[in-house]
Amino acid sequence: MCATCGCSDDARPKIVNLQTGNSVSVLSDQDLDKGHHDHDDGHDIHSHSHDEHVHEHTHEHTHQHELQHTHKQSTTITLEEKILAKNDLLAERNRGWFEGTNILALNLVSAPGAGKTALLERTIKDLQNEFSICVVEGDQATLNDAERIKKTGCPVVQINTGAGCHLDAQMLAAGLKQLNPPRDSLLFIENVGNLVCPALFDLGEKSKVAILSITEGEDKPVKYPHMFRAAEILLLNKIDLLPHLDFDIELCKEYALSVNPKIKIIEISARQGSGLNIWYDWLRKQIRR
Amino acid sequence: MHELAVTQNIVAIVSEKAGKQKVTRVKLEIGMLSAIVPDAIRFCFDVCAQDTLLEGATLEIEEIAGRGKCKHCSEEMQLSLLAGTCPCGSRDIVCLAGQELNIIEMEVL
Repeated sequence: MCATCGCSDDARPKIVNLQTGNSVSVLSDQDLDKGHHDHDDGHDIHSHSHDEHVHEHTHEHTHQHELQHTHKQSTTITLEEKILAKNDLLAERNRGWFEGTNILALNLVSAPGAGKTALLERTIKDLQNEFSICVVEGDQATLNDAERIKKTGCPVVQINTGAGCHLDAQMLAAGLKQLNPPRDSLLFIENVGNLVCPALFDLGEKSKVAILSITEGEDKPVKYPHMFRAAEILLLNKIDLLPHLDFDIELCKEYALSVNPKIKIIEISARQGSGLNIWYDWLRKQIRR
Repeated sequence: MHELAVTQNIVAIVSEKAGKQKVTRVKLEIGMLSAIVPDAIRFCFDVCAQDTLLEGATLEIEEIAGRGKCKHCSEEMQLSLLAGTCPCGSRDIVCLAGQELNIIEMEVL
């Protein structure tokens, strides 16, 4: 286990290609040799810190001493750098690649259990004769979702983020290398179930698709405004359960529109199929665009 | 806990810019609407900085209040959430400030 951040091998992001069974690390071998967070850097500087030397040297070292005691002036350096600049840059590379290969990439985001995988299974089944579809699955652990997608016959890779609570652009780029989606295709990226973190990390997708199941409560859009603000479309899933719940669907829509007046909302049931034709029409429109 | 990933980015960027110089202070700018909790960054910073050029460095965080502008009537307002309603009734508000996530400066020896 890494003493610095507590991560273990299991906590490092890895990718499993369900077609070949290959498992690779998101980080390059070079990164792994170096120590994944650059923890090794700067060691030689620390071992020569001035304070440690002050009282240890004898008089024989007078000259060296004087040199070492010279106080350096501290310098302030302006950086003005975006903290997520590296992720944003990698996301733009992904985006450029999607444009060049004419791949429509959609980032599916929701809380755990909202029905992302069920929606994908159904969508793939209904549209796989119309479009070439590939899937990148993101979860902290297990191949469960990727195994479900594989059963539909659709090419899929699973990214296990380990300690991570979201996919980032580097993980997606590594996943794409394994998946190798064809030109003119549709790529679904199923993000880690989490309504907070995935909103912050651009993957290079065309749009974020938010899924909210009506068993979650209608105020989720205002509780997690970043996610619903970042999404272009909101799918209200499990609508078939409406008669059994106290869910106020109009209030939920009102909340979603209050954080994102442009969001398109579709009521669906991935299980029973209601509303899915509107979702498919939206997809077709994105592909034609 | 995306603050851990964010803090790892901070340490990586500053380490790269510092070359081999020891970093004594790092100043960040975090918007109050950025979905980042400054205290969580402070918590992660000491851990992420261990055994790097940033070990022992002071972390300063300037928090930027949220500010928005109504796209309908051009009125500017304070925003405490990413969503809001303008006095004119419109909800189409563009965020002008509060989503910053920047490293402003560093001090090196």
